[in-house]
Amino acid sequence: MTKELIVGNQAIVQGALSAGAKMMTGYPITPSTEILKFWAEECLKNPTLKLLQTEDEMSAGFAMIGACLAGIKAFTATAGPGNVLMQDAFSMAENMRLPTVAFIMQRGGPSTGTVIYSQQEVNLTCFGGNGEGLRIVYSTSSPQDLYDYSIKAINTAWKYRFPTFVLADGYQAKMLTAVDTYEPKEKNIEFIDSMPYLLNPNKKPGTYVNLRNTFNLEEELNSLISNHQKAFNDFSREIIEFEDLHTLDADLVIFAHGIVSQAAKEAIETLRGKNLKVGLFRPITLSPFPKSSACQVVKNKKAILIAESSLGQFASIVKNNLFGTNSLNIEYILKPASAISSEEIVQKVEQILSQKPA
Amino acid sequence: MRENLPKSWNKKALPHKFCPGCGQSQALRILGFALDELAIQDKTVYATDIGCSLLSWNLFNVDTIQTHHGRATPVAVGFKQVRPEAVVISFMGDGGGYAIGAQHLVNSCLRNDPITCILINNANYAMTGGQLAPTTLPLQKTDTTPEGRPENLFSRPILGPEMLSEIAAEDAYLARGTSFDIENCLTLFKKALQNQIDGRGFSFVEVLSACPVNWKTNAKGSIDFVNKMKEFFPLGEIKIKTNNKL
Repeated sequence: MTKELIVGNQAIVQGALSAGAKMMTGYPITPSTEILKFWAEECLKNPTLKLLQTEDEMSAGFAMIGACLAGIKAFTATAGPGNVLMQDAFSMAENMRLPTVAFIMQRGGPSTGTVIYSQQEVNLTCFGGNGEGLRIVYSTSSPQDLYDYSIKAINTAWKYRFPTFVLADGYQAKMLTAVDTYEPKEKNIEFIDSMPYLLNPNKKPGTYVNLRNTFNLEEELNSLISNHQKAFNDFSREIIEFEDLHTLDADLVIFAHGIVSQAAKEAIETLRGKNLKVGLFRPITLSPFPKSSACQVVKNKKAILIAESSLGQFASIVKNNLFGTNSLNIEYILKPASAISSEEIVQKVEQILSQKPA
Repeated sequence: MRENLPKSWNKKALPHKFCPGCGQSQALRILGFALDELAIQDKTVYATDIGCSLLSWNLFNVDTIQTHHGRATPVAVGFKQVRPEAVVISFMGDGGGYAIGAQHLVNSCLRNDPITCILINNANYAMTGGQLAPTTLPLQKTDTTPEGRPENLFSRPILGPEMLSEIAAEDAYLARGTSFDIENCLTLFKKALQNQIDGRGFSFVEVLSACPVNWKTNAKGSIDFVNKMKEFFPLGEIKIKTNNKL
């Protein structure tokens, strides 16, 4: 294990290398552009690595698919409007269960928005495309997470064969901090090999693979999606991840994901110092969502507080998953395209807990 | 004497799903002969666009990938980067190459990607029932130009290979044939594929192709239509501008 002083975008590249990634495709867009730059620097050091800067994000997504079909671990990175354009490729990956990996460094939206920070690409990343959202989405909260989940996302994609995303943001992308880097085997992380979908040297001679993205009959596609959904549900338990901080005795549980969960942790320390019993539930996999744990955590709580840098994209997912648990008092901090500070959270929690029950 | 059907065709996929008289099925048959004669069946990857071309997803006994509209070329490019020993074909219609996926064709040519792109030009969007395409002839009636395509400076059929000849690398290969002339089209396909096999770079063949169902033509009418197309789209190899040396 080595400690390195690097930015989040660099941590992604280091993690991807440790996971055995051999190719990056992409089109520059702030705040994800540096990932291309750092990968280009790695390509100079190691000529077996490949970089394809494409004409647009559609091409980046589909060229990544081409590389995966050819049997190597490939990835891409984008943000905001680039994420919109790439949905065509992710949709196809969903249809064919291709192990694509994309790093989404959220920026403000809609449209060009800002280049800075946001949490408004939750819906797009989890459910984008004209499909059902059978995707694996990790929401990270720091450059260290970006390193760890870069490795994990690439392994997960090739193990389970569904499009996999690491959802971060401009703050994590640009944050310079110490990151522990390591070889996966140091931590006994299972290393999943890639293999070609097409021109597989091990296939039986005289047999051919014809992959399809278009179906003739309603029943054909319906049964394909049902099979995909069954596969997705079957392995969900193996990959669901969340962080639970002090929820057991808490009167109020904060629901936050990504970097907002860092502010929530700081707020909880302050609030606990004031003898207010507050905890945090942070889903790391937004898809598949840690539904049963979330439902367990909110039992007998006075309130939950959902905090996110969006008008409620994460909140919709949370409420959808908590539906039917009990008549919860749900409060919100919803700040699209803006940071959320620990002070704001402290203030909001104090206000909620000082309210007399109706 | 050539067999009726290419060896590299998947006989289980027959009869093919193209309309009677469609030029695209003929072009695919010629492509099959090209794969046979170059003996590259087992190292070829065939990426197809959607539109009528999607019907060819299992027509060949080669590894194939049916992609999304306009996106056969980037998939082919990504594959070829990883497996340079493979012969990679991107097959598309005039929408896929000249409209919805035009940027991919242009940039792949500009990068001189060592892949072979084949584009069917039938002067309309056929799978959706016959709408205006970039290749639609002046005054040609389509669903979306019921009074005929306006005839003016800003509404001309696109000359694809000629456009690419402005940016193609010296070693690229650009040509236009027609599925009515089997021997000539076969020569163009083989030269395009050979260009890739020899590592010379990008190759592109546009194929003028009949669409009797949407043109509402009989056999003679289809031949007449393609002959009229030839006035706008000159056949043959397209010379690359000599200043495009690498």
